[in-house]
Amino acid sequence: MRHRAEIVVTLKSGVLDIQGKAVFQSLQQLGYGELEDVRVGKVVHLLLDAPTPEKARELARGMCEDLLVNGLIEEYRISLEAAER
Amino acid sequence: MNVSVVVFPGSNCDQDAVRALASFSGRPVAQVWHGDPALPAATDLVILPGGFSYGDYLRTGAMAARSPIMEAVRRHAYEGGLVLGICNGFQILTEARLLPGTLLPNKTLTFVCKPCTLRVERTDTPFTGAFRPNQVVQFPIAHHEGLFYLPEKELDELEQRGQVVFRYASPEGSVAPEASPNGSLRNIAGIVNERGNVLGLMPHPERASDPVLGERDGLLVWQSVAGWIEGGH
Repeated sequence: MRHRAEIVVTLKSGVLDIQGKAVFQSLQQLGYGELEDVRVGKVVHLLLDAPTPEKARELARGMCEDLLVNGLIEEYRISLEAAER
Repeated sequence: MNVSVVVFPGSNCDQDAVRALASFSGRPVAQVWHGDPALPAATDLVILPGGFSYGDYLRTGAMAARSPIMEAVRRHAYEGGLVLGICNGFQILTEARLLPGTLLPNKTLTFVCKPCTLRVERTDTPFTGAFRPNQVVQFPIAHHEGLFYLPEKELDELEQRGQVVFRYASPEGSVAPEASPNGSLRNIAGIVNERGNVLGLMPHPERASDPVLGERDGLLVWQSVAGWIEGGH
């Protein structure tokens, strides 16, 4: 069974987000005075073959811990959906 | 002394390191491909060079830290062998968890490439025995992710264990925050592991090892390592 996992990786709050800061300044210059904060993260899409959604989630979590996320500065969330063949 | 330089896809300071060490030691320097399973026997010092391994994709050093040779590097360090990560090599060592912390983008939001002055904080490590206490030296830096980061409490513990070996300093040796070119916490430029045999350093001693390049303070690092090895460690 195929699953599509979307992993959103963001910097933990408290870790200075230089990229977010630069984007924030740029948007302010464009006149978005309502803007209060910007945090920039990244998205990883995985296509997985696993017997159950639970197993797919477990695999995705393992990949986050092993490589995709640096737990010292980043956190992540996984969304899962069935993928068509 | 026998030196091995690991070459990752995207390394670009590997030849600088090979040249500096071959010239200093008068011996050939081994170049080890990241996919190799082992280091040459009798390796005293492993250097992880600067560059942009794997294009800095995902996070700097992240993929290189998981490449096959790193198991051998880990074993070498575990057995007490010396490991020096310079610039991207430092980033790789933190990603491999051989050193604590991580390197975040510079506070300036820019790539910083210039000579900088550093103060040595310890002279009892294998890498700093030839320095005078608190000596200020000049090595160049060239990086975009050089802001050393650890949460406050862990940073205090790192300091208490004396793991900070180099700090960015003014030419007079002051380590005020203004002396840091990248906003690194507590001006940290280089740290060792608890055992002291693994050093990560953002500045480039291998680019300060030849009078043609204008700076020679990098030789102190190689002299320290040679002295350490000759001392029977």
